[in-house]
Amino acid sequence: MKTRFFAVVSAIIRKDLQAELRSRELVGSMGLFALLSVLIFSFALELDRVARIEAVSGVLWVTIVFSSILGLNRSMAMERDQGNLEGLLIAPIDRGAIFVGKLVGNFLFTLTVGAVLLPLMTVLYNLTLITPTLILTLLLGILGFSVVGTLLAAMTVQTRARDALLPIVMMPVALPLLLLAVRATTGIVNVAPEDQWLAFLQLLGVLDVVFLALCFILFDFVIEE
Amino acid sequence: MIIETHALTKAYGLQPVLRKIDLGIERGEFVALLGANGSGKSTLLRLLCALSKPTAGTLKVGGWELPKEAAAVRSQIGLVSHKSLVYDNLTANENLLFFARVYGLNDIDGRIKRGLERVGLGKRGGDLVRTYSRGMLQRLSIARALLHDPDVLLLDEPYTGLDQDASGILDNLLQQAHGDGKTVVMVTHELDRAQRLAQRAIIISRGTIVLDAPMSTIDYLPARYTEVTGMTTR
Repeated sequence: MKTRFFAVVSAIIRKDLQAELRSRELVGSMGLFALLSVLIFSFALELDRVARIEAVSGVLWVTIVFSSILGLNRSMAMERDQGNLEGLLIAPIDRGAIFVGKLVGNFLFTLTVGAVLLPLMTVLYNLTLITPTLILTLLLGILGFSVVGTLLAAMTVQTRARDALLPIVMMPVALPLLLLAVRATTGIVNVAPEDQWLAFLQLLGVLDVVFLALCFILFDFVIEE
Repeated sequence: MIIETHALTKAYGLQPVLRKIDLGIERGEFVALLGANGSGKSTLLRLLCALSKPTAGTLKVGGWELPKEAAAVRSQIGLVSHKSLVYDNLTANENLLFFARVYGLNDIDGRIKRGLERVGLGKRGGDLVRTYSRGMLQRLSIARALLHDPDVLLLDEPYTGLDQDASGILDNLLQQAHGDGKTVVMVTHELDRAQRLAQRAIIISRGTIVLDAPMSTIDYLPARYTEVTGMTTR
């Protein structure tokens, strides 16, 4: 019997996508939350163009962060409901493969929401948001949140107050990611010179790598008793 | 011995749950682990399937030492619990396909087909698991646990929530697995059923083994249970 790391990762991703395509529970609730959130912000902040440019990056990232938390909770709940996480843990597989598998699934689900948000906000806020640099920022930011969120959701899912606990635990840890993503996005939307935002984007990439390495290592400890 | 423990101890903080358990289970035995809630029997099962680490003592499954050689042990065990350990939004076929990929098995289609037929779900393999009854879920759970052909089948209160018919089917499946040479260790509160199915009874009370005897030497298990634990049975 030969169990390979990437085969397990691929099996977990396929399983998550298959279950989601069938139920649409995760992306459905995340998408609906994101849509409502953006609409409420749009109507509440009837701003002039300058103020809108200032606010849009905050609205974008607050929406992404909270919808990703919603998705992370549900994604891990799926593993917990019928004891499925135990089913995975008794298999002769690297715990890192479970982490990477769940991470990729969470990343793809949040990315789907982000991909809907950008054109939607482009229309609502009358700004050019679909640019290669902004898409790159979105990718890096969502990757960072998914990395941190996957680890922390695996921790909080084992507690009674998991739904309330995840945002409380996640926000302080993910705050540097959020700040960097917002600063980079503001610079890009403002069409500011590169030297005013590129460093934030680069730092975001570095932080992603650091969090990825840390969370990969820590997952083993978090998931074991 | 396929399962061997020596002075196996497990504590949560300062609270000991298992105290210096010495146990040996032969290959092919059917053992019933009995005891009141909180006596430590489920903790012992979790230790055997490497879901938990011992505080002290040694534990070997199939000659492999836990927790050091957990991966080797995990490939030899199948777990059936009162939870189904399958995904509601997938069909039975998809669930088994997923676990076959996770275990890195070959002849996946053949294994899935044989596994579902063995538990009487051959014609329901394409149905979503969320449409299954509790009994069908438990049968699927057995198919999942046996998919990788483990040497040891561990069962944690598998009869929870099953009606009489479903319990009868589960009885047959467990006897069949035992007949196929599997070592079966079952945690249960159902003493009559344990006496009927198992070859050996191990009763745990407050973290220690208070009875370890062949079932053939026990006339009436509920009476013996009351005698050694001081607790009445249901």
